[in-house]
Amino acid sequence: MPIKILMPQLSPTMTEGNLAKWLKQEGDAVSAGDIIAEIETDKATMEVEAVDEGKLGRIVVPAGTEGVAVNTVIALLLEEGEDAGALAATQAAPTPKAAPAPAGAGGGRVAASPLARRMAERAGLDLGALRGSGPGGRIVKADIDAALAGGAPVRAAAAVVAPAEAKAAPPPPPAPPSGARYEDMPLSTMRKIIARRLVEAKQTVPHFYLTIDCAIDRLLALRKDLNGRSDAYKLTVNDFVVRAVALALRKVPDANATWVETAIRKWASVDVAVAVALDGGLITPVVRDADHKGLAAISAEVKALAERARAGKLMPEEYTGGSFSISNLGMYGIPQFDAIINPPQAGILAVGAGEPRPVVKDGALAIATVMTCTLSCDHRIVDGALGAQFLQAFKGFVEDPLTTLL
Amino acid sequence: MADTGFDLVVIGGGPGGYVAAIRAAQLGLKTACVEREHLGGICLNWGCIPTKALLRTSEIYHLMQHAADYGFQVDNVRFDLAKVVARSRAVAKQLNGGVRHLLKKNKVTVYDGAGRLASKGKVAVSAEGAATATLTAKHIIIATGARARSLPGLEPDGKLVWTYKEAMVPAEMPKSILVVGSGAIGIEFASFYRDMGADVTVVEVLPRILPVEDEEISALARKALEKQGLRIHTGATVKALQKAKSNVTAVVEGADKKTQSLTVDRVILAVGITGNVEDLGLEGTAVKVEKGHIVTDPWFTAGEPGVYAIGDVAGPPWLAHKASHEGVLCVERIAGVKDLHSIAKSAIPGCTYCRPQVASVGLTEQAAKEQGRKVRIGRFPFIGNGKALALGESEGLVKTIFDAETGELLGAHMIGAEVTEMIQGYTVARTLETTEAELMHTVFPHPTLSEMMHEAVLAAYGRAIHI
Repeated sequence: MPIKILMPQLSPTMTEGNLAKWLKQEGDAVSAGDIIAEIETDKATMEVEAVDEGKLGRIVVPAGTEGVAVNTVIALLLEEGEDAGALAATQAAPTPKAAPAPAGAGGGRVAASPLARRMAERAGLDLGALRGSGPGGRIVKADIDAALAGGAPVRAAAAVVAPAEAKAAPPPPPAPPSGARYEDMPLSTMRKIIARRLVEAKQTVPHFYLTIDCAIDRLLALRKDLNGRSDAYKLTVNDFVVRAVALALRKVPDANATWVETAIRKWASVDVAVAVALDGGLITPVVRDADHKGLAAISAEVKALAERARAGKLMPEEYTGGSFSISNLGMYGIPQFDAIINPPQAGILAVGAGEPRPVVKDGALAIATVMTCTLSCDHRIVDGALGAQFLQAFKGFVEDPLTTLL
Repeated sequence: MADTGFDLVVIGGGPGGYVAAIRAAQLGLKTACVEREHLGGICLNWGCIPTKALLRTSEIYHLMQHAADYGFQVDNVRFDLAKVVARSRAVAKQLNGGVRHLLKKNKVTVYDGAGRLASKGKVAVSAEGAATATLTAKHIIIATGARARSLPGLEPDGKLVWTYKEAMVPAEMPKSILVVGSGAIGIEFASFYRDMGADVTVVEVLPRILPVEDEEISALARKALEKQGLRIHTGATVKALQKAKSNVTAVVEGADKKTQSLTVDRVILAVGITGNVEDLGLEGTAVKVEKGHIVTDPWFTAGEPGVYAIGDVAGPPWLAHKASHEGVLCVERIAGVKDLHSIAKSAIPGCTYCRPQVASVGLTEQAAKEQGRKVRIGRFPFIGNGKALALGESEGLVKTIFDAETGELLGAHMIGAEVTEMIQGYTVARTLETTEAELMHTVFPHPTLSEMMHEAVLAAYGRAIHI
C-alpha cells in the first residue's frame, strides 16, 4: 500500500493551510527528512519533511490550493517495489475516517448557530475543530456543551494564532460609482488574519491610552559609546526600548498579564513581541525572557527574527505567546501614534521618533532629544494608575539607561 | 387473504399515531395504523379542534356584545346552542375525513379496531369484542393517547359532572358552572362558558391558575379573567360533590382551610389526564407503566425490543404537537435517519385559547433563576402597540427571558390577543439558536402585533423604542 502523506498540523490551532509549493515532483525519489512541500498558514510558510522514503507516486493536492484541511491526503508515496498500479488500489479503497470530520473541513464556512458561535467565542473554542450534530452538520449549543464538558482545547490557554475562519461568507464588495476604475486585490491569508484579529481586538478589548515623553540624549550617547567599542553588534534605539520594556514589566509585574475571562493570568516570564513590517502585512516575533537578556543578545535576536519573518520562515512558536508588544515607527519620522493591542496581551507600546524638541529645563528653555511613547492598555487588566506606573518605570530606564545594567 | 406483515404498526390514530404512520410511509416503511374510534384522535375529534371552534363562537359573541365600540348598533344578540355545537362537530368531522384520506394517499393500511400486543412482534386487532386481524410487525408504536383523570369523590357522570367530552356538546346552556382544575383545558372551558354568559367558578389546588405558565403571566390571566366576572379560588380543593336532581353542591376548602358550599348547574372536571395503558397486552412484557404512563427513554423505546411509545400515553406535556413531533422522531430513528436530536421539553410551545390568549415557550423566569442563570428580562405591553389598539385589544404583555451571559433566548411568555399565533416566532428563534442580536436585526412588519415580540427583545437590553 502506498504511504499517505497528510496535511500536517503545524500549530495547535491550525485547522487548514494553503499548499504553497511542491518541491518534489511525481516520480522523484524521496528520502526521510527531504523537504517535499511548503505549506503557508496564518502567518508563516513552513516546510513539510518526508518521514518515510520512497518515490512520490502522486500529488493529490496541487500547488496553490488554498484551505486544505489538516489530515487531508496531499500526496501518495510509493514504497520500494511498489509501482504506480498500487495507486489505483489506494484510491479505490474507501478512506478510513480517523476522526469525525470537523465541521470546518473543506475550508468552507463553519455552519454553526449564532448561540453556538457566541458560546464558542466566549469559551475560546475553535469552531473549526468541532463536529456539528445539527441539520447538515451545523454546530449547535449541544455540541459546544459537549466540547466544554469534554475539556476541548481552549484558545486562551496558549495560541495567538486565530482559529479557523468561522465568520459567514463576506458580502461582495460594494459596486463602485459607474465609470470608476478600480482593482480588487485578493486577500492573502495574512491579510485576512490581520483584519479579523484587529477588528476583534478593537471591538472586544477596552483600550485606553497613556502617552509619555522620554528624553533620550543619554541613551543616544550610551548607544554611540557601546557601538563604538565593537563591530560584533550594532545596537538600535529599539533594542534599548525592548530592554527597558522588559525591565519595566519585571518591575511592574501586574502589567505582564492576560485576560482569560475567569481570571487575570500573570505571566512568570517576560516575553516581549516586536512588530515587524512585511510586504503586505506584519508579524510580531517574540523575544523570550527579554528581561534576562543583555542589549547585544536582544539586538541579535530581534535582527534574526526580523530576517526570518521577512523570509516567511518563522515557526509558530516564534510568533505566538508574548505578553506585551512594541511597535516602533520612529524610523519613519512619526512623532506619536496609538497602536491596537495584540490579544491576548495586556498592552502595546507605540514608539515614536526621537527628535530635538524645545523643553523647559531648570526654568529655562533648552533643547533635548525627545521620544514620545504611547501605551495602549487593556483596561480589564491594566487600570490607569498601573499603566502610569509601568510608563514611569519605562521612562526611568530609557532616560537613565545605565540603570538597565543594575 | 390480506397481507398482514408490516415494518411498522402504529396503535392509535391521533396526532401522534397518524403523523408517525405517514412519516413512516414517506420513509418507505410498510405501515399500518390501528384506530379504535376516530382517526385524528381526541385532539381532532374531542379536543384541540372542536374547542377552538367553540371558542371562536364565544369570541364572536363577545365582540357582538361590544359591537358599539366599533361603531355598530347591534341589538338583541342571541345564539342557538345547537347550531354552535353542530358547527364545532362539523369542523371535527371534516378533519377526521381528511386524516383518513391522508393515510390512504400515503398507502398506510388503516385497521378500525382496538390494537393490543399479542406475542412478540404481533398486534391483535379486535372490533366490538371480536378478533378481526393479527398483524406482524418489526416495530410497534403505542400512541393510544390519554383520557381525563378522575379523582376519588370527583367521578364524572356525564350528566351533571362533565369531562371535556360532555362540556364540548352541551344540550342546553348551564347558568352556572364549576370548573375543577385551571390548566389549559379548564381555563379554556371556563373562558368559553363565561363569554357565553354562564356564571363560572374555577377551583385550582395550586397557588395560581395556569400553573405551568410564568408567574407574571398567570397573575395577568387571573386579573383579566376576574375582570370578566370569573370567580377563581386558588390553593383550594373540592372536598365533595353532592348531586341533586338538576344541580350539584360542591364543598370547597379554601387556602385558609375554611370550607364553603357552592351550588352550580354543572361541574367540569379538568384535573389532568391519564394514559390509555389498559388492554394493550403490556402484561408479561418488559414495558413499564408508572403513574398511568408508559415509561420510555429519550428515543421512545418502551423497554421491549421493537416497542415504542409516543405522545400522551408516554407522559406529559400532553400536547398534540409534542405527540406529532415525537411520532416523527421515533419513526426517523427506526428508519435510521442520521443526526436526530431528541426533543428538549423546553422547546415545546404551549398555548391556551382563553380570552385573553396565553402562549409560551421555554423556561419561565422562575425556572431560569432556579437553574442559576443570570437573566435579562424584556417586557412590552399591548397598550404600547398600534395594531393592538386598532384591534381594540389593548390588554396583554409580551415577555422575553434571555441568558445574560450568552444571549440565549431562554423563554418567551405572552398573554393577549392572537399570541397563540405569534409564539412560533420565538420557537423558531430558539430552534435556530438565535441570540438577541439576530432577533434585534430582524425587520418586523408594521403594523402588527408581532412588533411587540421585537420590542420585548429590545426591552431586555434596554433598547425598546415604544415604551
